[in-house]
Formats: sequence, structure tokens, C-alpha cells
Amino acid sequence: MSCQCGCGQDDAAKKEALEKVFEQYRGTKGALIPLLQEAQEIYGYLPGEVMQRIATELKVPFSKVFGVATFYAQFHLKPRGRNIVRICQGTACHVRGAARVFQSVSEKLGVGKNETTADLRYTLETVACLGACGLAPVMMVNDDTHGRLTPERAAEVLEQYK
Amino acid sequence: MPNVTLTIDGKQVTVPAGTNVLEAARSAGIFIPTLCHDPAIPGFGACRLCVVEIPGMRNLPASCVTTVAEGMVVYTASEAVIEARRTIIDLLLANHPQDCLTCEKNGDCRLQDYAFMYGVRQTSFHGERKNYPLDDSNPYIIRDQNKCILCGKCVRTCQAVPGRSVIDFGYRGFNTRVVTAMDVPLGESECVYCARCVAVCPVGALTYKPMAGKGRTWEIEKKTVTCTFCENGCTFDLNIKNGKVIGITAKEPGPGRPLCLKGRLGLELLYVDEPLTPMLKKDGQFVPVSWAEALGLEGVLSRIKELEGKKQA
Amino acid sequence: MKSLMDKCCEKCFHSPSSPCQDYIKCRQQGPLCHDDENCRARFKEFLENIHLPADSFRRQVLICAGTGCTSSGSRKLVDALREELARHGLQDKVTVKITGCHGFCEQGPLMIVEPQKVFYTRVQLEDIPEIVASHLVGGQVVERLLYVDPATGEKSLTYETVPFYAKQKRLVLANCGHINPEEIADYVANDGYLALTRALFEMTPEQVIEEVKTSGLRGRGGAGFPTGMKWSFVRAAEGDKKYVVCNADEGDPGAFMDRSVLEGDPHAVLEGMLICGYAVGADEGYIYVRAEYPLAIHRLKIAIAQAEECGLLGDNILNSGFNFRIKIKAGAGAFVCGEETALLTSIEGNRGMPRPRPPFPAQKGLWGKPTNINNVETFANVPLIIRNGGAWYAAMGTEKSKGTKIFALTGKVNNTGLVEVPMGITMREIIFGVGGGIRDGKKFKAVQIGGPSGGCLPEEQLDLPIDYESLTSAGAIMGSGGLVVMDETTCMVDVARFFLNFTQAESCGKCTPCREGTKRMLEILTRICEGQGKEEDIETLERLARVVKNTALCGLGQTCPNPILSTLRYFRHEYEAHIKDKRCPAHVCQALLVYTINPEKCTGCGACARACPAGAISGEKKQPHVIDASRCIKCGNCMQKCKFGAVEKA
Ligand SMILES: Cc1cc2nc3c(=O)[nH]c(=O)nc-3n(C[C@H](O)[C@H](O)[C@H](O)COP(=O)(O)O)c2cc1C
Ligand code: SF4
Ligand code: SF4
Ligand code: SF4
Ligand code: SF4
Ligand code: SF4
Ligand code: SF4
Ligand code: FES
Ligand code: FES
Ligand code: FES
Repeated sequence: MSCQCGCGQDDAAKKEALEKVFEQYRGTKGALIPLLQEAQEIYGYLPGEVMQRIATELKVPFSKVFGVATFYAQFHLKPRGRNIVRICQGTACHVRGAARVFQSVSEKLGVGKNETTADLRYTLETVACLGACGLAPVMMVNDDTHGRLTPERAAEVLEQYK
Repeated sequence: MPNVTLTIDGKQVTVPAGTNVLEAARSAGIFIPTLCHDPAIPGFGACRLCVVEIPGMRNLPASCVTTVAEGMVVYTASEAVIEARRTIIDLLLANHPQDCLTCEKNGDCRLQDYAFMYGVRQTSFHGERKNYPLDDSNPYIIRDQNKCILCGKCVRTCQAVPGRSVIDFGYRGFNTRVVTAMDVPLGESECVYCARCVAVCPVGALTYKPMAGKGRTWEIEKKTVTCTFCENGCTFDLNIKNGKVIGITAKEPGPGRPLCLKGRLGLELLYVDEPLTPMLKKDGQFVPVSWAEALGLEGVLSRIKELEGKKQA
Repeated sequence: MKSLMDKCCEKCFHSPSSPCQDYIKCRQQGPLCHDDENCRARFKEFLENIHLPADSFRRQVLICAGTGCTSSGSRKLVDALREELARHGLQDKVTVKITGCHGFCEQGPLMIVEPQKVFYTRVQLEDIPEIVASHLVGGQVVERLLYVDPATGEKSLTYETVPFYAKQKRLVLANCGHINPEEIADYVANDGYLALTRALFEMTPEQVIEEVKTSGLRGRGGAGFPTGMKWSFVRAAEGDKKYVVCNADEGDPGAFMDRSVLEGDPHAVLEGMLICGYAVGADEGYIYVRAEYPLAIHRLKIAIAQAEECGLLGDNILNSGFNFRIKIKAGAGAFVCGEETALLTSIEGNRGMPRPRPPFPAQKGLWGKPTNINNVETFANVPLIIRNGGAWYAAMGTEKSKGTKIFALTGKVNNTGLVEVPMGITMREIIFGVGGGIRDGKKFKAVQIGGPSGGCLPEEQLDLPIDYESLTSAGAIMGSGGLVVMDETTCMVDVARFFLNFTQAESCGKCTPCREGTKRMLEILTRICEGQGKEEDIETLERLARVVKNTALCGLGQTCPNPILSTLRYFRHEYEAHIKDKRCPAHVCQALLVYTINPEKCTGCGACARACPAGAISGEKKQPHVIDASRCIKCGNCMQKCKFGAVEKA
């Protein structure tokens, strides 16, 4: 079966990548969270089988892996969009109109918080401060930070992410 | 170990160094309510019901995780302590079904006891409550997460047996709940229905299915028996109503006492007047099985039959 | 010689496997082990390549490549500038260098031309040809790109004369924005690793701890625990293995000083950790960085790799016999992991749930071993203290709070950014001095200090000298140093709700008061903001706040009521207005607004009526329109659409 995220990689390649990561972390203390991060990097999210596989690899209970994965905001148990839009709702951004930026983007994409567009192009999230407060209001698309947004500009910026 | 003397509610108490304030108070006959403290697995300190006032310490420390010190002065029922306990109970009730009337735990429930003791008739908050479906997915344990107060005793006791760790905390904050891997119902999980968790749950979140509807806690008399199915010697309670044994429940697990389903079923067969039909999971489904199979005695029994057949011949 | 690993000649034997104790000093004053004119010249050139002498005919252009300026497009400037310089044949006369954040991101992308330190703001791609032709070729400064003080309208030519910087005391931030953080040589050329050398060869671990104690340095991560004392506990703790952990989880929304230090001067943090490791007897360090800081992680990785390559991390550092390694752990998105016990358990690979203290990490920390955990800024202070002496440091600040502190100034002030000032300065000096006063001529109302665990202080408290104790007694805390300035258009109940919303979402869920209590406090505040507040709500809030503060397991719960308590203390009337009069005095809480049309101003254009989704506006053409309050859903569309300012809210 080929994957859903549109990256073109098939399952076998991902499995192989995962095994490589396992090798890299073998013998490292406290490897659970880094492994989950790497696995999510490979799969785009954390499928159940992958978490099970990590549990077996690290010899930790599957219930613990699940508990850890659901604790941290970074981990996702469902497929997400190709582009992750994170709109800052931190203090500095809040006082400079972050709510309106969120509303405008949400309207443009037709999805709410933590939702993914039907074409899997965007996932919309919020975040509490990106550390770029001097540029409030701010949003981050994938690893790019965009600052001094207006509701209109935020919607425009998204266009460049296919 | 050297001894330490402290004053609790005006009473001089001498205990070994390293004791926690909670135990020190209890040893002096002073009551402190607890929900999450498990003497077998201490140090969790989550429910905060056991808070006390210790002048010189910041805030109100939880007595179950505060170690005694020479000359320490402790107040277990000051105004601030009472307000705190009342408010914590109030907060727990705000996120709890008002279900005592039909709850299996009625009469033997810590939350109910403490609400009574501190005079919290009803919650003063009206907001969101958790609303999870009832987990009635297996023949042995009913799990009602809406009644769970997240004391974590079940999680810790399940993890105390190597290789089990069927449950853990999942999610975060207000959404925290006790989960199995992938949050499946207990019946679909790796659970072995040993009921360690049921034995420690302070409220009605985990109850025995075979006992459901069979009697109110105050009608039931308990008699302790020791399991002889293996050398661990776990202890169980016979639940007796009107002179009849209506069910077997696990007593709190001790060190090296894993508790197991087989032992409980064995005692069920030995003592209960109308024993349940044993069920085991096969291909993911619970199916009724013979007692011999449930207790893993099929091989032994057939051998006995064989031998006894020979003798007779 | 280009890199720090380059040798002046074959006589230099330093390498990680055959370390030289004088390596660092040698690169700063060398050569030390032999005298050779050529070698001396090489070292001089090496340093002058980094620090242009004031009379140099050469130029060095520093372009900020911090997170803020990068997002304003500074990366493109670097390439464009290099191309443009090549076009003019200037590539050898003018070097282009990237730096970390200057803490003035709002004016970014920032550019400094050295050695004169001409300071350009908001530089765009289109400006590059002019900068090259006019300034770098012709010697004419591009006036229009200079910083203009919004308060006075005056232009500043150089970096040092910008009022925002002139009024600060930048010690920890001294390198940020002025050195290339991806180049260890830049750090060493600015006295980097000199403190480590001194600690290793001139001081015993006990003397290092004593020096830190003398300095009076207190933890910058929030609680302000004396750093030297913490180190002495870890040193005294029994253990075959000890750890040093750097807390770079910086989660307070609105604070970004740790990010700036990591991005702009990562070696200062490494050096601080090394010195700490030597002092407490640890040989391994971890830096726990929040996942939202990819650039900081990137720079740290480079810094660690370069330090290893130069033999400043690893075994037998500088032939002292001291071993130390540093690893990076990326957080996974949980504010509570900034709390030290949660952080440690998270490094171990668990859910980040705090545990009761004692035992403190100094006794039982990472994997049960004695662990010294400090904040980024705390570590960055250490090299300064060892280099200049504890007494020098202790001369700054107040009796109990020494040295400088970095604040992240945001909100409704003219200059927002990172501000490093001596302890004991007043809030007024920061906001109206460094910050240049309130934006758009509005009136100051409050300043929120210390992030979600801090409090809101009113005008009356502006002259409070800032130190740990005075802030706490005023109902706020130093916290990580977030300063959010609010003007008259801010509703204090809404502010309290905003912070509670944050802490409620970030509660780990372990203990009852925080898990359940934050939810109920948030519900009550929301109700008040929506006009559904009841008389008894204030009392209930106070009781909840008191109990949660008194009984919660960790600092998150213990401090999260502060925004409520401080706004109730200083702005109680606003709560009462919401509850009793169903009125939001700052006109913020939507449900409590009343929109009306001022017939004097209305021209009857009808724009508002067309924009109203509720059909609440009616009126004849060219006649004043009216809003039917019973139908109005308070969306504010009409107000936005009206060109004549006729729609008013109250
Ligand atoms: C909820 C919570 C969040 C915290 N977040 C941070 C943080 O982001 N960075 C930090 O350095 N300290 C944070 N702290 C403080 C740490 O627990 C700890 O006191 C600090 O790292 C010690 O270092 P210091 O002595 O150098 O300040 C936080 C504390 C709490 C209770
Ligand atoms: S668990 Fe206890 S408090 Fe809850 S409904 Fe049952 S008896 Fe009542
Ligand atoms: S019944 Fe036993 S195995 Fe199952 S969850 Fe409870 S303690 Fe764990
Ligand atoms: S199920 Fe029972 S034992 Fe487990 S956490 Fe909930 S209340 Fe505690
Ligand atoms: S105070 Fe909040 S964050 Fe801290 S342990 Fe309790 S629930 Fe978790
Ligand atoms: S938009 Fe303004 S001017 Fe036009 S009709 Fe409405 S209130 Fe009057
Ligand atoms: S605020 Fe919105 S609903 Fe009310 S009158 Fe204006 S446009 Fe209409
Ligand atoms: S508050 Fe938005 S970046 Fe800091
Ligand atoms: S019993 Fe002490 S905190 Fe729960
Ligand atoms: S990123 Fe350039 S000044 Fe902050």
C-alpha cells in the first residue's frame, strides 16, 4: 500500500527509514521521545503500528508509548496536511490582533483549529508563542516564521505553500 | 534509624526519621484523608487532599510526600486546610456523575466518605464534565471513567507487575484519563483481569462485573481467604450476603503478590454458591469455557482420569 | 588562519587528542609557546578579520539572521549583498557576516556596517544596490534607512545612539547581533572560553562556586534561587555520576530572551555549562530546547560540533583532565516541561508530569543522579562572572538581586524587543525610557510581568525598583522576564482570562487543584466576559485562586492564579463593572458592547447596512442609519466598514 501523505514514498521505504533510526538510537538513554519525533518525521503522523513497533524496539509498554504520544502537543495520531500552519496566540500576538489573523486563515482554509483541509494541503493549529514576539502577530508555516501579519497578508502568505 | 519528634495538632509524636507526615499522624491516631496515596508505591502526591499546614513551609504541603523533621509543627485541621480539602472535594464532584444512588461503590467509596465528612453536599461549580462511554467490554471488570478521579493507583499497581503495564495515563490536563494502548476498551487490551486495579480504586470507576447488582456494600460481609493455586499466596475476600458467598474480590495486592485471574476463578469455584461461568479470550472474543480449561487443569485432569481408570481396571 | 583550528605554524600542537592548556589565550594573544614574527602577524590578522580596527579601510556588514529578521527576509539580503559587492569588485574589501538576534526584531531586517557601526533598519532587497553604491562605494550613509525615534522624530546614525540601546546595559547580550554565532572563532575573539580556561587552571571547583556565590547571581528561569548555592548542593551530593542540564524550554508566551541568546551567542551557554560541570563534578550535560525553536537547535548543533572539533568539549579538555560532553534534547510541545522535575522526566522519555520535591534534582535528578539544572540566561552569565570576578558582578543591582536581567518588552509600547538592564531599575524607566512610551499616544494602564504565572501591575507600581522580592510582594513575579505593556484599550478581565486559558490548556493534569481548578476559574472568567457573571463569582474566584495556589503540586498550578489575584487586587472595579453593570469599561468584551450610529457623523451611505450579517441596520438613503440593538450580534463589521467613523461602541 502506498502512503496517504502524498510524499510518494511507499511503506517499505518508510519502514526502512524507521529501522535506520532505530539503529542510530540503539543504546541511547531516553530515546522514546526522539524516536517518536523521528517516526513522525517519516510518516507525517504516528500510526498505531509504528508506536507498537517503537514499544517493542525499546522494550517499553505500548501503553506508555501511547501515553507519551498523547501528552505532547507535537505528536499527532492522525494524518495531517502537507503544510502545517501554526498561528501564534501568545501574549504579544494576542494584544496585536492574533485572533483576527486566525479567523481570516480559518475562513480561507475552511477548517478550524487542529483540522486538516480535505485535500490534505494544510493543517491549521495554534501555538503559544513562537519567540518572535517583536514581529507580532506571527505565524509559522512548516519551519518558516512569518511576522507583522494582517488578516489579509496571512491568507496571502499561505498561497506559496502547495 | 534515629527517631524524630514532632507536634501534630498539639500532640507530641515520635516516629522513625524518614517517615512521612501522613504516617506519623496516623500512628498518633490523627486522621488525614487520602485518595492517591498507596503505601506500597508512595511518592505520587497528586490528589492533594492530604494537605496540612506546617508553619515555615510555603503553601500547604501534601502530608503523604512530606518527610517529618525534628521539631516540626503540623496542623491537620486548620481553617486553611479545611477550606482546601472542601474545595478539592468540591472540584472533584464538579467533574463527577451524581450517581451514588445506583453506584456499586455506594457505601464503600472514599470520595463519598470525604464529601460527607467535610459536608460538601453538592458541587458549587457548573461547567464542563467529562463524558466517556462506559467500558463494559469484558466479563470481569466494568470501567466507568466518568467516576475516575485520576488518583493513578490503578496505573501504578498494574505497572508494579513486570510485563503488565496494561494501563497508563493518557492525554493531558483536563482531558487526562487512564488509557490502554491506543485507548481501546479493556476487553480488547492486553489486560489479564487480575483486578489489582479494582482492588485499589478508591471510587466506583473500577468495579467487578460478576458482583454487579448482587448486593449493597453494607449487606455484604467479608472473609479473607488465601489462594493456594500457586506459591505467592495472594489474599482474596469472600463476599457473603445472607450467609451465601456471592463473589470473590481481590484484596489489596502486597509485595510479591501478583493476584491473577486464575486464582480468583479457582476460589470462585471453591467458595461461591452459584459460581459464574468462566470466560476466556479466544481469537479476540470472550467465550465460555469449562472450569478445567479456565483453571488450566485440563491436562492434569485427563491424566488423573487416566491413572484412576488404570487403578480401577 | 581562518578558523579557530588553524595553526600559525607547525610548532602549534593543539588538537583534541593532544590538547594545549594555552590554546584559548594563544588564539587571543598568541603565539604563546614560541615567538615568531610571522606567527604574531598571523594571529593579529586572524583577530582583525573578526574585529575590524576602527581605522580600517575595510568594511564589515553584519546582517541579522535571527528568527525575527529571517522571517522579515534577511536571508535573501545576504546573497543579494554578496552579488552586488561582487559586481562592484568589492568582495575582498567588504565582508558580509550573519549574526544572531539584536532583540529589536520589530525594526528588522537589521544591518550594521562596521567599523563605524552604522545601523540600518527594515532593510529590503531593493535597498541593497543603494547601500552598496552610496555607502560602501561612495561613503555616503543611506539616511532613509536609519532608525527614527518615534517619540522625537530624531535619526540615529549608529547602533550605540539608538535610544533603545543607549539606555540598556548589555552584558549577557553583548555578543548577540555582533558576532557570527555559527563561528566559534568569533566567540573566542571576544574573550570566549577565557573564563573556562581560568576556571580550569587557576581555580579549584570550590573557588568557582565561591565566585558565583560572591556574584549573587540568582536563577533567571523564574524562581530566582541563588545559583552558587545550588551548585554547592550538587557538588556536595553523593553520586558516581552527575549531570548538568540547561533549561531552554522557554515557554512563557511573550518571552524570547533565551531564544536570542541561543541563536546569537550559543557558545556562552556552552561555556557556562562547562564551568558548571567542572564546579559540580559532572561530565555530561543536556540542553532541553523547545521544539518551536528550530534555529536555536541548529545553531547549538553547530556550536557543539565546533567546540568538539577544537577540543573544548570531549575528553581531557585543554589538557586539564576534565571531561565534558553536551547533548541536545528537543522538547515535544508541553509548557509544563519547563518545570525542572517535569523536564528531567521528559528527557528520560516520559510524560512530562512534575513530581513532588524534595528530593530536589540536586539530590536525585536525571536517571536518579545528582543534577544541576539552570536556565539559559543563568548559564550565559557565568562566563562574565568568572572573567570579571564575582565582586564586579555584585556591584550591579540591588541588595538581593544582582547583575542585569533581560526582559522581553512587548505590547503597546513604541519600542518592543529585548531589554537588558541592571536589576533595581524601575518599570517606568524600562517602559518610558527604553521602550519609548506607549504607542499611538494612548494612556498606560498596566504591565503584565512574569508571563502566565506573573501579575498585572498598575500605574501606581511603576516606580517599583525591579528585583525578585519587590515584584513578588507587589503580586507579580520576575518569572522569565516577560513584560507586556497594556494601554487603556485593554480589558483586565479579558487579560486574566487569556492567561488562564493558557495555563488551563498547559496543565499536565496530574494534581486535582490545577487540573480541575484552572478549568473552573477559566469558566467563571469566560462567563464574566460574556456578561453572565454573578455577584458571588468574585468570591468564588478568590477562594479557588487561594486553594489552587496553596495546594497545587508544581509551580504551574501554584502560580497560575497570579493574573487573577493581581487584577482583582488592582482592577477590581473592572470585574464589578462586568458583573454588576454588564459593561466592559475598555470596550473589549464583545458580548458587552453596544454599537450605535452617531447621527451627526452618519452620511447615510449604507455601507454598514450592507455589511451587517444580522440585518440589524436600517435607514433611508442619505439619512442617518440606526442599529436595532435587539438584532445586533456585535460582530463589529459595521464599524470597520464605516468610512466616516459614525459607528460607535460603548
Ligand atoms: C510551569 C513552569 C515552567 C517553567 N518554565 C521554565 C522555562 O521555560 N525556562 C526555565 O529556565 N525555567 C523554567 N521554570 C523554572 C524551572 O523549574 C527551574 O526553576 C529553573 O530552570 C532553574 O534554573 P535557574 O535556577 O537557573 O532559574 C519553570 C517552572 C515552572 C513551574
Ligand atoms: S464513585 Fe463514589 S461518589 Fe462517585 S457515584 Fe459512586 S459512590 Fe458516589
Ligand atoms: S486487571 Fe490487572 S492487568 Fe488488567 S488493568 Fe487491572 S491491574 Fe492491569
Ligand atoms: S480508575 Fe480508580 S484507581 Fe484508577 S485512577 Fe481512576 S480513580 Fe484512581
Ligand atoms: S500543578 Fe498543574 S502542571 Fe503542576 S503537577 Fe499539578 S496538574 Fe500538573
Ligand atoms: S456606514 Fe457609517 S456613514 Fe454609512 S450609513 Fe453606516 S453609519 Fe452611516
Ligand atoms: S455589530 Fe455586526 S450585527 Fe451589530 S449592527 Fe454592526 S454589523 Fe450588524
Ligand atoms: S507571542 Fe506570538 S511570537 Fe511570542
Ligand atoms: S494522598 Fe497525598 S496527595 Fe493524594
Ligand atoms: S531577529 Fe533580528 S533583531 Fe531579533
